[in-house]
Amino acid sequence: MKSLAELKAIRDKARAEIDLRKENPNAARVLVGMATCGIAAGARPVLNAFVEEITKRGLTKDITVTQTGCIGICQYEPVVEIEIPGQEKVTYVKVAPEMVPKIVNDHLVNKNVVTEYTIGAISN
Amino acid sequence: MYRSNVLVCGGTGCTSSNSLTIVNKLKEEIKRMGLQDEVNVITTGCFGLCALGPIMVVYPEGSFYSMVKVDDIPEIVEEHLLKGRIVTRLLYQETVENDTIKSLNKTAFYEKQKRVALRNCGVIDPEKIDDYIAQDGYAALGKVLTEMTPEDVIQTILDSGLRGRGGAGFPTGLKWKFAAANDADQKYVCCNADEGDPGAFMDRSVLEGDPHAVLEAMAIAGYAIGASQGYIYVRAEYPIAVKRLQIAISQAHEYGLLGEDIFGTGFNFDIKLRLGAGAFVCGEETSLMTSIEGKRGEPRPRPPFPAVKGLYQKPTILNNVETYANIAQIILKGADWFASMGTEKSKGTKVFALGGKINHTGLVEIPMGTTLREIVFEIGGGIPNGKKFKAAQTGGPSGGCIPEEHLDVPIDYDNLLAIGSMMGSGGLIVMDEDNCMVDVAKFFLEFTVDESCGKCTPCRIGTKRLLEMLEKITNGQGTMEMIDEMEELCYYIKANSLCGLGQTAPNPVLSTLRYFKDEYISHIVDKKCPAVVCKNLLEFTIDKDKCIGCGMCARKCPASAIAVTDYTAPGKKKPAYAIDTEKCVKCGACMDTCKFKAISKG
Repeated sequence: MKSLAELKAIRDKARAEIDLRKENPNAARVLVGMATCGIAAGARPVLNAFVEEITKRGLTKDITVTQTGCIGICQYEPVVEIEIPGQEKVTYVKVAPEMVPKIVNDHLVNKNVVTEYTIGAISN
Repeated sequence: MYRSNVLVCGGTGCTSSNSLTIVNKLKEEIKRMGLQDEVNVITTGCFGLCALGPIMVVYPEGSFYSMVKVDDIPEIVEEHLLKGRIVTRLLYQETVENDTIKSLNKTAFYEKQKRVALRNCGVIDPEKIDDYIAQDGYAALGKVLTEMTPEDVIQTILDSGLRGRGGAGFPTGLKWKFAAANDADQKYVCCNADEGDPGAFMDRSVLEGDPHAVLEAMAIAGYAIGASQGYIYVRAEYPIAVKRLQIAISQAHEYGLLGEDIFGTGFNFDIKLRLGAGAFVCGEETSLMTSIEGKRGEPRPRPPFPAVKGLYQKPTILNNVETYANIAQIILKGADWFASMGTEKSKGTKVFALGGKINHTGLVEIPMGTTLREIVFEIGGGIPNGKKFKAAQTGGPSGGCIPEEHLDVPIDYDNLLAIGSMMGSGGLIVMDEDNCMVDVAKFFLEFTVDESCGKCTPCRIGTKRLLEMLEKITNGQGTMEMIDEMEELCYYIKANSLCGLGQTAPNPVLSTLRYFKDEYISHIVDKKCPAVVCKNLLEFTIDKDKCIGCGMCARKCPASAIAVTDYTAPGKKKPAYAIDTEKCVKCGACMDTCKFKAISKG
């Protein structure tokens, strides 16, 4: 180790992994429905896409990605719910991995709900 | 990037209840479900709740599974890790409230704790230096080497008010200042990891859970006093700690965080491990250094103090593991932050190993000034089986007992000394009404008699004579004069022994005499042990009206001391049995056998 910059580089790289092991009550939560219906409809690639995107953007400290069970709207799986503290819960339906970067960018980062992917837009 | 982390405790407690088999089974099941790229399994250090081991925590949910069995693993993997359904049934039930799961940090055991020395235990993988660095590891060393002078470092430690966590509570900064002031061609930084008090395992957990914290702090100390070589003297009885230290040292070398020209500043520092040979006295500073030198572990007179002439006759500082575990945090967060915790003269936090008659056996870290009542009844979950608290023993064989009347004393170095005990390294053994205090004193004296190195007479012979008197009292051969004789001998041993072992060895006797003299008197005058522990004062009797004459006890008795009588109780078909107290060896086998609770002891 020849410089502090070198240490910092290792730290930043390793930090995302550790952030996952800390409880942050103020973190935004991404809940991916992973019951049988969700898994069958392709929820796992979606879950992993969220993890990748959030890591890439260095947001692991502020956003946690969790699985959840069936929420009862199996025809709309994969279902993803996003909870930002102090805001109303938003439910995205029929989510595909390609939609994930947009949801992360617009909703989680810039706080603009991607209305066209939400349950309201699709079920109409 | 993994979406989920499964942390399994790999400390000594959980390892001995098979946590490593659980790790293997987890990996196998995760692979079977095809989740190996999504779920990471990490072996960590101690979580503290050893009574509930093996412990496993799943993040990001923070689900705390306790007493995990290998057979539970397939269910947890399929339900929780694959389908996202937490297996509530297998969680630590205190985290489950009205069907909702609360954070572990909100449970009684963790809520009042403040983890500074243990901050990384149960969070990082102790065998991965990157995990430690992610938690700002080695940043304090970087800061010290690039921004601070050795004087600044010492001043920061002085200002923080940190005192030695090994027992005596000497101000750490002062120790460093003395060693820094002495000019020498070579100085040494030593770490005392020879944790030997019965029931104490704080240092072991730090070494097992966060070994780099100790290495980093030793390097900082080296810079502060001008030393380039460190030694860690660790018990050979701690194989996991030794292994993780070895891994940590070699990883730090690989990264150039130990060795030459650290951070390009020209500062050199290296650390060697020395394994203890199993002698308690080697935890005493001068014996420890003598042992590192390759000689028989015996103390030497002070002065000269180690800061003047220590290891190999060179200026040396010696700090305990837990003391070092605080250093990097003080450098990074500042002396004021550390001094804001604790009491006026005892700053920061202290780790205690809870043991004995307590529900949550394990490791807790609390701010100084927390009361014993909070530790035992809130964090520790109280006494099992509804028994009554009698005393808590702190400081191991050097410490004393704290009775119920002092439950509300805020715990710090000075308060504990004032009530006749001491902080010690942090073992805290809880005793209930079934513990005999004379027997407890005898237990610790047996320990010190065994462990006295024999170099000085007051300790070698004095402790032996003390033990003989205690044995006589517990055998029913004591006299009232013995109490005064013991007390006099205690003060003599304290005043005249060469090292800390002898100087503190009489403390268990003195403190039990101070608070539980009535128990001594019962043993001497009434020939009774009030807690029904001391064998030779016990008498087993059969209640002839409860005895149905089955004869089970007589068949079990190894001394043939039980025989049938010619008395048949009203309503019983066979004559009752009776114990011949002359022949009875007081093994208690009859009492365990009797299904009719007709046998009692007292």
